[in-house]
Amino acid sequence: MKRREFLKVSGLGAAAAAASASPVRACATTLRGTGDLAIIIERATGSILIADTTAREIVRRVEGLGDLSHASAVYSRDARYAYIFGRDGGLTKLDILEGAIVKRIMQAGNAIGGAISDDGQLVAVSNYKPGGIRVFDASTLEPVADIPATYGADKRSKTVGLVDAPGRRFIYTLYDAGEIWIADFSGNGEPRIARHKGIGELPYDALITGDGRHYIAGLFGEDGLTHIDLWQDKAEPRRILSGYGRGEKKLPVYKMPHLEGWALGGGRFLLPAVGRHELLVVDAASFEEVGRIPVHGQPIFAVARPDGRYAWVNFAHPRNDTIQVVDIPSLTVVHEFKPGPAALHMEFAPRGHEVWLSVRDANEVHVYDTHSYEKRAVLPAQKPSGIFMTARAHRIGL
Amino acid sequence: MSFRMIILPLLLSSAALVGSETIVPAHALDSARESELTHLVRQDCGSCHGMTLKGGLGGPLLPESLADLESESIASIILGGVPGKPMPPWQGELSEEDAMWIADNLKKGFPQ
Repeated sequence: MKRREFLKVSGLGAAAAAASASPVRACATTLRGTGDLAIIIERATGSILIADTTAREIVRRVEGLGDLSHASAVYSRDARYAYIFGRDGGLTKLDILEGAIVKRIMQAGNAIGGAISDDGQLVAVSNYKPGGIRVFDASTLEPVADIPATYGADKRSKTVGLVDAPGRRFIYTLYDAGEIWIADFSGNGEPRIARHKGIGELPYDALITGDGRHYIAGLFGEDGLTHIDLWQDKAEPRRILSGYGRGEKKLPVYKMPHLEGWALGGGRFLLPAVGRHELLVVDAASFEEVGRIPVHGQPIFAVARPDGRYAWVNFAHPRNDTIQVVDIPSLTVVHEFKPGPAALHMEFAPRGHEVWLSVRDANEVHVYDTHSYEKRAVLPAQKPSGIFMTARAHRIGL
Repeated sequence: MSFRMIILPLLLSSAALVGSETIVPAHALDSARESELTHLVRQDCGSCHGMTLKGGLGGPLLPESLADLESESIASIILGGVPGKPMPPWQGELSEEDAMWIADNLKKGFPQ
């Protein structure tokens, strides 16, 4: 009983008092870690589910997060707080232990995700309107920097592909301008901005590899991608895979592929081809294309199981009811199943034994064993999209 | 769905009884198709244009942002796409009637 009082008084203060109903730690007398918790975006209702991935249960729903279409999240270093980036420019700091919103601000009119610095002190948001990034203090959400993505005479570009990079840096891409900017917050005072122009037509998304070395932007307006090796003293963008698909007729692209979480295994990347029913196989050292894998539809996500042996792939409308599993050593599809309509987001448990999958139009989240493919749980959710496990707190670029 | 199919004729006949006061929309589809298209626009078009249609990587699709475009032009963009931009041609997925219904409703304020 004394312990209960201690928790109430010292640890959690006003937030605990404000949190209605039961906190996620189940009852006040139970201490728990956050390492097996996850949040699930409910895009249509502006709500978040907090899930216990060991018990395979939804623990709590938190409402009032605005427009969460295309929402994403990052975690504080202690994996207690999630920062959720809404489409409407909302930035919400959520205490996942208490199941309560700590602070919520509207930082722009239209936004597309964000990142947290390697030291956990800065949260950056990528904005479409007004085009640019805004950076906030992670503990208070007070503004730290506003960096308009200006180009030409007085134009502002939408920004995409914002990631954290080692050394208190953020890297992002200007969709309209075709530029990559690196904002370095390692010094005191104003950030230093390195601007790389002419990186290609209509870059639509980007990723950074898990070692923080390679930043790669996908191009919609031309065949190929742009790569920056951040280990070079003078990092310069260069085109890779630029001959890909030239002269071939592309299919209509009903949903832009995502590059985050592209699959690295056995020294090869698998990435979704734009407008084709194929994955590209790319050598991870040379960035040369070494093959293609025909798949069920236009791939959206190709995500490696954390051990890198298999990649799980989902697809764009109208083939979004299907998941395929690719064996990376042999580059062949070894398993296919239909979890249901709009199976659009996958998240592996940190060591890969299970995968959580949002089946949006069935209003369900499924949990599968990644070795036996057995369905372990079906959890109710309202139009679920992104699933974010707390292990992301400890990974570069996520 | 079957519930909807049963109730629909009742609604129509009661509407018919109202007679001259009933306004028939310019491009009417059956209600099952209308709800499919509403879902498609909110969820799938919404991945670029925003679920509230306020815009994203694609532009906003609100009545005020489409005021200068005729429904026919909007429908032709839906069906033909915008070459060189990510807007895909939906021909093959959507009929002309579908596209006109979407265009009319975007201009009016799209249903939830």
